[in-house]
Amino acid sequence: MTMDLGFVRKEFVPSKPAPGRTGGPILWAQKNLFSTPTDTLFTVIGILFLLWAVPPLYNFIIGHAVMPGGTVEDCRVEGAGACWAYIYARFNFFIYGFYPIQEYWRPNIVFVMLAALIIPLLMPTAPFKRINALLFFVVFPVVSFYLLHGGVFGMRYVPTEQWGGLMVTLIISLVGIICSIPLGILLALGRQSKLPIIKTLCVLFIELWRAVPLITVLFMASIMLPLFMPAGTTVDKLLRALVGVTLFSSAYLAETVRGGLQALPRGQFEAGASLGLGYWKRTYFIILPQALKHVIPGIVNNFIALFKDTSLVSIVGIFDLLNTVQSASSDIEWASPTQAVTGYVFAAFVFWIFCFAMSRYSLWMERRLDTGHKR
Amino acid sequence: MAVQDNIGGAPPRTSLLNDPVFRGIIYQVLVAAAVIGFAAWIVLNTAQNLAMQNKTTGFDFLFRTAGFDISFTLFPWSRTSLYWQAFVAGLLNTLLVAVIGIFFATIIGFTLGIARLSSNWLISRVATVYIETIRNIPLLLQLFFWYFAVLKAMPAVRDSFLLPLGIYINQRGIMVPKPLPDHEFIWVAVAFVLCLVAAIAIGVWATRQRTLTGHYPSSIVLAARVANAVVMFALGYLAFALLGQIIPGLATPMVAAIAALVLVAISFTPYRPYAGAFVASAITFVVAAFLLGGMFNAVPTIAVQLVALLIGLAVGWMMLERIGTAPVDASKFPTALPILVVVGIPLVLYWLIGAELAFEPPVLQRFNFQGGVQLPPELVALVFGLSIYTAAFIAENVRGGIRAVSHGQTEAAQSLGLKEGDRLRLVIVPQAMRVIVPPLTSQYLNLTKNSSLGAAIGYPELVNVFTGTTLNQTGKAIEVIALTMAVYLTFSLVTSAFMNWYNGRVALVER
Repeated sequence: MTMDLGFVRKEFVPSKPAPGRTGGPILWAQKNLFSTPTDTLFTVIGILFLLWAVPPLYNFIIGHAVMPGGTVEDCRVEGAGACWAYIYARFNFFIYGFYPIQEYWRPNIVFVMLAALIIPLLMPTAPFKRINALLFFVVFPVVSFYLLHGGVFGMRYVPTEQWGGLMVTLIISLVGIICSIPLGILLALGRQSKLPIIKTLCVLFIELWRAVPLITVLFMASIMLPLFMPAGTTVDKLLRALVGVTLFSSAYLAETVRGGLQALPRGQFEAGASLGLGYWKRTYFIILPQALKHVIPGIVNNFIALFKDTSLVSIVGIFDLLNTVQSASSDIEWASPTQAVTGYVFAAFVFWIFCFAMSRYSLWMERRLDTGHKR
Repeated sequence: MAVQDNIGGAPPRTSLLNDPVFRGIIYQVLVAAAVIGFAAWIVLNTAQNLAMQNKTTGFDFLFRTAGFDISFTLFPWSRTSLYWQAFVAGLLNTLLVAVIGIFFATIIGFTLGIARLSSNWLISRVATVYIETIRNIPLLLQLFFWYFAVLKAMPAVRDSFLLPLGIYINQRGIMVPKPLPDHEFIWVAVAFVLCLVAAIAIGVWATRQRTLTGHYPSSIVLAARVANAVVMFALGYLAFALLGQIIPGLATPMVAAIAALVLVAISFTPYRPYAGAFVASAITFVVAAFLLGGMFNAVPTIAVQLVALLIGLAVGWMMLERIGTAPVDASKFPTALPILVVVGIPLVLYWLIGAELAFEPPVLQRFNFQGGVQLPPELVALVFGLSIYTAAFIAENVRGGIRAVSHGQTEAAQSLGLKEGDRLRLVIVPQAMRVIVPPLTSQYLNLTKNSSLGAAIGYPELVNVFTGTTLNQTGKAIEVIALTMAVYLTFSLVTSAFMNWYNGRVALVER
């Protein structure tokens, strides 16, 4: 019996004619849009989809939208698009919440300080990294707290109930990340430790927080934290959320840092030990500088997740950006069919700008740190 | 030279404090003491606080009457139900939304992940824009958007939108017809499952025989020819019946049946691929005309039909290219056979035993819909939000998994002469799955955990029913939150157990 080897080609492939074009938009389209029948079909479907989706979207956001300066009557017209006039009128509320208007300069100073400190910190080539980091991680939080909170140097006291908007979103995410970095590093080191009790405690802590959703953590922080404190102590509502967010994100950060620790070759640990360095010196001078450098993209990704997750604090009654937008959408003064959607689009845009910028930074950093061979 | 020369001798005497083992013990004792002290402090404070508020602890509240309403439960719920039943209701609702969400997120995510790697510039750009937009916007915001801005902005009950198949959409959610299977229908369902198993068994056996002998057994080839003819007849009939919707002259069953028979006859001649291509393009034409008609209301029908016709022709052309002109032979997998077994046999049984699967459509009464199944808007919004959001992350995992397969594997497969489809199916996908599955399971876990956000839009899942209402009514903060956390901890442990098992199974064995 002869085997039917149907898949063996028996004749030569006829040689192809020389290519007619070697460049230009037509060749590009041929290659990238119409290379095979299937490709052509997908291109047609894609074009039809864009024809269907883009014009209404354009009309809503720009074409038929009511620009700042318009009135609520314009927004109530049948077929009107996004009511940007409403966003413009309520802009301060979305940024500062119920913060007193005459005190806006205080959050503004904090915003400027934040930008002035974080931009050089994120640029790998900027000088004075050590001082910069010290200012950002230690001095800046303290100064910002007294600036926003007031009650010192003759500044008016502003209770945290009046804080709100983008300001609170930024505060929660920054405090979350700044406090969770040292905690996360300690947890990651503990998880890698050879001491069984410390290792078990760290694993339990990390896995417990990672297993539960943030919303239950926030519920727990806002309901159970007052129970845990000595009788008579009151814990500020914002502080409760901050504690919950910090514990939650430190568990995730610990796992990211652990990735960096595990990526280091054993030789580095052994080299440090053979130099006669103790555990802490070895960790501080040899292990962490290398491990942390490698996980900068991971830490930024953690920060993106944390920044998005801060929106959950609106469930426990804190006026972050999402909650201000949500509560403003029932504002009778600007009641119109597109009011709610406009608010959501605005909030989505603000979140998107921050997250997209950070994810691009993380990608750029990854490429910068990647010294391997890529295809 | 200061060389320590104590090889073989006793170790030099040093302070006990410099002994690493001793120091390790000291550190651990200190940490353990601190943790225990902290825990004791918390327990004492809590006991003191609870005593001051005159509260007791314990799980006996679970067997008391709940006395509140739950808007949507999977089992009959009344105000006299107990708290543990509320817990189960919330848990089931969480699982329901997780299962539906995982189903859709997987489909959308895999499609997008592959689309983003597509060589077609337009498709990969559209997928990229989707992923980069969706994953950079908080899930809660998206849920608010779907719930408050889309579903709550639907028309009132009286002006409900009517979708095909008797589905209505209004402010109160989506109303779908309710299937009412009778007693005989259970046999059809059993037959379906048995046929599915049989079809898989036939496929495995046929493939194994082919691996052994180089061609499919003659019985399979014969059965495949019959199956091809039957499937061709069914599809041809469907195609002409659908064409009848647009071209009125073809509307009679007689015409469609004769035309389908002609197609079957063609399928036995060397012109077989043309019959298949014709059926494919006809069905695509009608479906595309219908969809495009819905999408572009303002465009005249004739233009829509022209575009739909072009799409149909493109699909036909694609089919011709793919099938080629090769006849049915012993080297091609008989796809039609399993399809016929799985669909055909239960269908025949359905007619034979007179089983009936009736549908009870929702009917608009004075104030609300009667009959049918009402899917509450909270559920719909949550499923929408979760699947669209998680799909963006799954797409990135899929893309990463496919990219992780080294390019050499593609080249090796090409040099073996494998076609595009076989290359993906036999070489790339099995290796990519090893990379995809672990992050995929953690995305599934994330989706399940994120379903707790349903509490914010009023979907009665675990956090809403239990950590919300039950906690407010009973005040048992510690017990309620501990139970809720235990549930999510269980989900997480089960997932990581699966992941460890899978990793152990598929890990590359090196050296």
